[in-house]
Amino acid sequence: MRILMFGWEYPPHITGGLGTACFGLTKAMVTQGDEVIFIVPKAYGDESTEAARIVSASDIVVDFSKDFYKEYWNNLSYIEVNSTLVPYVGVDDFYNVINNRFKKEEKTTLLESQRKYEFSGKYGPSLLEEVERYAMIAAEIAQQYEYDIIHAHDWLTYKAGVIAKKISNKKLVIHVHATEFDRSGEHINQAVYDIERYGMDNADHIVCVSDLTRNIVISRYGQDPNKVTTIYNGANSLFLNEVRADKAVKEKIVTFLGRVTFQKGPDYFVEAAAKVLEYDKNVRFVMAGSGDMLNRMVALVAKKRISKNFHFTGFLKGDEVNRMFAMSDVYVMPSVSEPFGISPLEAMNARVPVIISKQSGVSEVLKYAIKVDFWDIDAMANAIYSLLNYPALSKMFIKKGKKEVESIRWEDSANELRNLYYKLLS
Amino acid sequence: MKSICFYFQVHQPFRLKPYRFFDIGRNHSYFDDIQNAWICRRVADKCYIPTNKLMLDLIKENNGAFRISYSISGTALDQFEKFTPDVIDSFRTLAETGCVEFMAETYTHSLASLKSKQEFIDQVKIHSRKIESLFGVKPKVFRNTELIYSDEIGDMVADMGYTAQITEGAKHILGWRNSNHAYSHPERKNLKLLLKNFQLSDDIAFRFSQHTWPGFPLTADKYVDWLNEIENPECINLFMDYETFGEHQWKETGIFEFLKHLPSRVFSHSNFSFNTPSELVQNLNPVGEMHVPTPISWADEERDLTAWLGNDLQDDAFNQIYEFEDKIRKIDDLNFWIDWRYLQTSDHFYYMCTKWFSDGDVHKYFNHYDSPYEAYMNYANVLSDLRIRLDDALIVSHLPTMEQTKKDLVRKESIIEAPISKIK
Repeated sequence: MRILMFGWEYPPHITGGLGTACFGLTKAMVTQGDEVIFIVPKAYGDESTEAARIVSASDIVVDFSKDFYKEYWNNLSYIEVNSTLVPYVGVDDFYNVINNRFKKEEKTTLLESQRKYEFSGKYGPSLLEEVERYAMIAAEIAQQYEYDIIHAHDWLTYKAGVIAKKISNKKLVIHVHATEFDRSGEHINQAVYDIERYGMDNADHIVCVSDLTRNIVISRYGQDPNKVTTIYNGANSLFLNEVRADKAVKEKIVTFLGRVTFQKGPDYFVEAAAKVLEYDKNVRFVMAGSGDMLNRMVALVAKKRISKNFHFTGFLKGDEVNRMFAMSDVYVMPSVSEPFGISPLEAMNARVPVIISKQSGVSEVLKYAIKVDFWDIDAMANAIYSLLNYPALSKMFIKKGKKEVESIRWEDSANELRNLYYKLLS
Repeated sequence: MKSICFYFQVHQPFRLKPYRFFDIGRNHSYFDDIQNAWICRRVADKCYIPTNKLMLDLIKENNGAFRISYSISGTALDQFEKFTPDVIDSFRTLAETGCVEFMAETYTHSLASLKSKQEFIDQVKIHSRKIESLFGVKPKVFRNTELIYSDEIGDMVADMGYTAQITEGAKHILGWRNSNHAYSHPERKNLKLLLKNFQLSDDIAFRFSQHTWPGFPLTADKYVDWLNEIENPECINLFMDYETFGEHQWKETGIFEFLKHLPSRVFSHSNFSFNTPSELVQNLNPVGEMHVPTPISWADEERDLTAWLGNDLQDDAFNQIYEFEDKIRKIDDLNFWIDWRYLQTSDHFYYMCTKWFSDGDVHKYFNHYDSPYEAYMNYANVLSDLRIRLDDALIVSHLPTMEQTKKDLVRKESIIEAPISKIK
């Protein structure tokens, strides 16, 4: 089958789980004989092409003199996105966000009759504007390529998917990797919600990465349950190479690794750490990552007087993540809301026992993980203590966890997706 | 002679309370009295009280021809005495009819037979004493926790003077033979083995309310027809959890109606009689020997030990609890003994089983933990506390008295003197 896929990022240029998931899925699909045309806002030229043909929207020439575009553009209003509400802002993105404030001139030259649009492909403050432009270019792409079905990943590409559907009359599947409620709690950005809702309303089918997400899509976006299917992510792509532990401290290490933002629950990690340290000083806790709650976490650690045993690493990238896992004795993901959650799988693959919140999609598929409610810091502390002190438990997790992640395969996800396609097309 | 032998297992474990690592060294009460009391009361009301009453009626109606047997674990009896004394009374009333046999088992429904001979023997002894004190009869037939049996266990049981043990009629042990006769231990010929007819037992215990089962709905008439179809049986051993009546199979399934009509139907439409295990032992001659080199049980399809032992969590917890034995035996504080023995109950290990990740609603039903890991963590925390307490207690009890100190000094001197005396 030939699939036209809209995405926002693709390895190696990724800032979060979305790009990783897109790669894993497309790779499995292509291996099984499907053809995937994968559109990204901006291709850097070094994307992995083993899994899909990567097309950069920045290279598409659009004839803006067509009435269609004029009308569309006139109906468009810009909403600046507050950067803190935007998903997956890493440190380097943050600087781009700042820089972008000073170069907004592209906008004014838009209505030249024929041009290309240079997308940043990042998650800057002009994000909503890029989303709209991406959708317009999707219209062009929809006419240039041959395909059987359209598949759009996450809200940034929903509009592109819908336009492509309208132009080509092909079926549209949208893939919900996260919702606005996961990113922002109850304080949602209405513009983002509206785009999500628009995408869901216009899609022929909605794929969610977990039942947790599926329930949100049904209850908060008013979608018909028959139109929403859960297809879990795989785990066997992009695994980090195993690194030998080069731990320089004798204490056991308990790690939080991810964005330090509300939905990742970093504060619960600090609270649980304080509980453990009250009884056991031979542990070091590490918070690896950056985000808008980082300063508050530093202050909380100071207030709890546990800074001797609590460390911050800032944003880790590539091989550093790898090394962090290799040093860790326990990995904790206390997410308040996690549509899926790939990092515990990476930890398990690196032979680290994991504690995950019950409010994560990945807890629906994992057996060899300790599951606690994100708010239950007593249970979390108890699980940390147990994994550090009872070797029978940690050994079992290390041994069985590795096997388990290897069995959660993208090939199975791809199969389920293909069956869904056939059902839609028949 | 054709006998139906009913044996019902009555057991309640002392469930642990959520015991976090913060409690280690501080909180020495491990068992969840509130939950245990609540469960005992609920099961008493749904099962023990009404079923005992029905059994009593059936015994009276049939003028003693309806006979049954029970094995009640010590942990269940302790909880009944504590939380639901009316259950003890109703079992006493049953005992007074003389138509009810009580069997011997380990006091805390433990797996001691697999690990410590001394502890196994001790537990069987104190259980037997308990039964005698409550019901006035000394048990003569032995049944081990979860019907666990092997040649080795049979050997120990014969040593204790029991003439019979009951166990599972496991297919892989029986082969072409069937469970409808008595067998014997291969070397201890005096130890007879009575085997569970798992087909007919499980028809009542597990399948009774299963709508997809071809035998559904099961009536006394139909069941007696099945009994009559069996070729040349000497005994049909129907062994099951007593909680089958009213708890596993709810009252609404008609399980009590079934039970109520079964004896009269048996008497009117078959030539079976009801007998207790001791009566079978007297009346039956073994038709052959049964070799059981590796332990069997009545659990799951496998009929082995993997529900309680085998994964790392279970094995670790099991080894740890019996590592305490040497230390416990040096202490005469009863509190340690009670905690240690209640912690041996097989249910604690059952909660840690990872076998039924894929299937097993039956198992989830009996498990108040969310996951096997939670069960293990809780148990391991409790053991950590017990270990600290035990070590503290031992240090105190081993502080040398003045006399001992003197003796030690004398001994030392004699050692110092030794070389001199050699020279002499």
